[in-house]
Amino acid sequence: MNQLFENELKVINIGMKSFNETLEGLNVQSVQVDWKPSLFNDSKVLEVLYKNKDKIESANKESVKRILNAKPYLIGMGKAIDVIPGMKKNLLLHAGPPINWDRMCGPMRGAVVGALIYEGLAPDPQNAEQLAASGKIEFSPCHEHSTVGPMAGIVSQSMPVFILENEESGGKAYGTMNEGLGKVLRYGAFSNDVIERLKWMENVLYPTLKVAIEKSGKIDLKNIIAQALHMGDEVHNRNRAATSLFYRTIAPSIVKYTNDKNTAIEVLEFINSNDHFFLNLSMAVSKVSLDAARNINYSSIVVVMARNGTDFGVQLSGTGGEWFTGPSPVPDALYFKGFSKEDANPDIGDSSITETNGLGGFAIAASPAIVQFVGGNTKDAVNYTMKMYEITAAENNIYKIPYLNFRGTPTGIDVIKVVDKSVLPFIDTGVAHKNAGIGQIGAGVLSAPSEPFINALIGLTNKIKLIKEK
Amino acid sequence: MKVSGIVKKGEYFDSVSIMLIAKRLSGFKDIIDSAVLMGTKENLSVLKSSGLLIPEFKAVGEMDLLIVFKTEDNADIPGLLKSIDILLKPDKGQSEDNHLNPSSLESAVSILPGANLAMISIAGRYAGDVAMKSLQNSLNVMLFSDNVPIDKEIELKTFAADKGLFVMGPDCGTAIINGIPLAFANVVNRGNIGIVGASGTGLQEVSCIISNSGCGVSQAIGTGGRDVKKEVGGIMFLQGLQALADDRNTDVILLVSKPPAKEVIEKIKDVVKKINKPVVSVFLGSSPELLYGSKIHAASTLEEAALLAVALSQNQPVTNVKGITAVQDVEIKEAARIESAKLNPEHKYLRALFSGGTFCDETQLLCNEVLTEVYSNTPVGNAKKLKDSAKSEKHTIIDLGDDEFTVGKPHPMIDYSTRCKRIIEEAEDPETAVILLDIVLGYGSNMNPLAEIIPVIRKVKEITSAHGHHLPIVCSVTGTDKDPQNRTSVVTALQSEGVIVMKSNAAASRLAILISYSKGVK
Repeated sequence: MNQLFENELKVINIGMKSFNETLEGLNVQSVQVDWKPSLFNDSKVLEVLYKNKDKIESANKESVKRILNAKPYLIGMGKAIDVIPGMKKNLLLHAGPPINWDRMCGPMRGAVVGALIYEGLAPDPQNAEQLAASGKIEFSPCHEHSTVGPMAGIVSQSMPVFILENEESGGKAYGTMNEGLGKVLRYGAFSNDVIERLKWMENVLYPTLKVAIEKSGKIDLKNIIAQALHMGDEVHNRNRAATSLFYRTIAPSIVKYTNDKNTAIEVLEFINSNDHFFLNLSMAVSKVSLDAARNINYSSIVVVMARNGTDFGVQLSGTGGEWFTGPSPVPDALYFKGFSKEDANPDIGDSSITETNGLGGFAIAASPAIVQFVGGNTKDAVNYTMKMYEITAAENNIYKIPYLNFRGTPTGIDVIKVVDKSVLPFIDTGVAHKNAGIGQIGAGVLSAPSEPFINALIGLTNKIKLIKEK
Repeated sequence: MKVSGIVKKGEYFDSVSIMLIAKRLSGFKDIIDSAVLMGTKENLSVLKSSGLLIPEFKAVGEMDLLIVFKTEDNADIPGLLKSIDILLKPDKGQSEDNHLNPSSLESAVSILPGANLAMISIAGRYAGDVAMKSLQNSLNVMLFSDNVPIDKEIELKTFAADKGLFVMGPDCGTAIINGIPLAFANVVNRGNIGIVGASGTGLQEVSCIISNSGCGVSQAIGTGGRDVKKEVGGIMFLQGLQALADDRNTDVILLVSKPPAKEVIEKIKDVVKKINKPVVSVFLGSSPELLYGSKIHAASTLEEAALLAVALSQNQPVTNVKGITAVQDVEIKEAARIESAKLNPEHKYLRALFSGGTFCDETQLLCNEVLTEVYSNTPVGNAKKLKDSAKSEKHTIIDLGDDEFTVGKPHPMIDYSTRCKRIIEEAEDPETAVILLDIVLGYGSNMNPLAEIIPVIRKVKEITSAHGHHLPIVCSVTGTDKDPQNRTSVVTALQSEGVIVMKSNAAASRLAILISYSKGVK
């Protein structure tokens, strides 16, 4: 028998908000649902998902377990050509899903030009462009080489990279060192001072840091990130605390093992003056953690979200190396003086790997200091994080948010939930000028575009059908 | 005249945003007619029939928002488009005090343990699935949405009946559960009369009359109009009836509906046989013979039904009701005599403009024995179908809440603009003898109806006195003094503008019919 008349009325209101306002006014316990239609409604796709519900669920459990259990350590440094799998002299790695020269956006082209000059493969920008377009240079996504790069994400053979190891899975990941703000290669700048800084990083910063890391032994980066989240970072758009913690960890070794005092000072000042120094590490941490969850059949967990400035790409645990893409959107941003949305390049960079790992925009509730990027309201920041719990499979066991009573960050994006609930992953990010070489013009937020997620869901169901047929 | 419009591709707006945009748009002084709606097939055909389909809408899909408006040729279209663009921008101010709402039913259930009712008012093509999910989560459902396919309704109700859950709706506008008014409902006294209603306005009217008579309502269960049709077979109507029979706080049961299918009436009679509580029914337009042999107290108007229930709930003889109505009839006849004496011979016709669909039916049925040549956009009884719903003929009784008036616009209980325009048109027609209106108060309805209606009443007076004649306006006000609009203050304000306000739609209809009738025979 229905107990409705015997119990206190408690209402879930799906639709017109005014109905719920009435209930609130009458002191009725109620919850308003911000309902939206699913991004994609295809009965065949839904049927496949429904029939394989249990398999998908247990596959996702396994994916998430591997992501959460990752033990990422910084174990050393090396030259790209020596350490990155598949790296070649005529190969440039780039951010995001695969793209050729023709379709590259301004900042990525600029970074390609800069890298070719830096490598001595072209004497000047004009020759560099010709070479890039000639077909003699190969392009490949960082992600396909266990690597991640912010913004244009260009990695060439002689660039020094950090080496990270996930002690749990044995997997490795690589990432360049962060160049700082202003005119930098990752935003497509290629002037002489940019190339000179890269050379200094290769010749001075790299050897110094390499020795210091080797001497101090492996560095627990997960621990640094967990602490940084308690200190106001979300380690995508704010890395001040994490950089400081890293600095504290590495400084003694630098001082101790650098023969030339001035070199030590120079290196320490470089790290200290760049609040984003840790960004490339937090990205590599995320990469090496998520790669552990790759290739689990039936799993709908996202292991990559990455943008090349033209396309936004997604990879799933259950669909191997396949990319699912759609046009990359322009972020809503707070622009530096003199710039506007007109100047902005569509979203670019591998840095959204942090969101994929439950950091960045997903952890923005931990980072009240950067709320002006999300509308200036702390509540908005909290809400963004809260909303991401709708589309994730787990709460992080290590990354926790003080303001939410140390609730774990939403981790492990489930593409099925994204499509079903029409809630898209939230990313907070830097914004590049659409022309090469101008650099960062703002920072802001965006929701990932829907198309890659819809395509990924279709891809997953196709893959599941293939497994069934075998 | 010029029709302009824009398409917002793939942009989802919830129904409230659409309603707000539509309401603001109709407030622009350069805009003669407008619609804001999603590009579904049904909506496109409605646009076509109302002459608002423009070439830009050729390739739209159901996820596209369409905005279309009619202006004079010389209107500033770019300016209007710019203003519309501003209307479409999300209201940034909203984030000031926002607490985060969950995005899914599952999350809502985890936030609100013990939730027992899902109120669903999203677009009909999605509402059925969300309702099913709610039932699977053991929630009762109030389905406000319309345009839910009938197969889906049957599936939902069969599933719910099996689990002992309610599905109120689809197209259920009103319910009162445990004293709480839901959606379009009034704040009524709690008491011992339980109501099952397949008609929203009907349910509002009886609950208000009961409350205004000093009695109260235990539960008011809406079922949606289709429930009592043959296809659905009264699944929820019968379940509601049984639930009230079992409810320890209900002593009298009142059934309100437009005519149920014969089979459903038979089932109702079977259930009532086993119920040890008095049952009153008002099945507007249903033949009284169908209830012969049953102990059901059958009423022919909503008011009569409410008064019967009131009498029974106070253990008074039902014959008392006859006495009350007899006294009222005398008063109505006297008022009609006074009003019709002021009219000129050419003022012959009743023009009734309703926001409540059930009232439109009730009034047509009351015309049956008195007036001939009655027309309606939704004819029942002896009334005939209007050729053009936008143009009155002879005695005309209009339901402005019908789809043809509401696609792309808020319901007339919220947005009075369509009705206000029509009132002026009727006032300008020299054949109009009397205008009959309903004003429905309560939650969901317009919070300040006086601001909408009083300027129009004054305009009517200007028009008629310019022509040197009198035009009575008769009105019922469905509501209580506990409603946010307060019935007494609304009634007083209307009376001070010369409007004749009656206690019920039945009484108002009788008066208006008599005024036009006495003119007709003169």
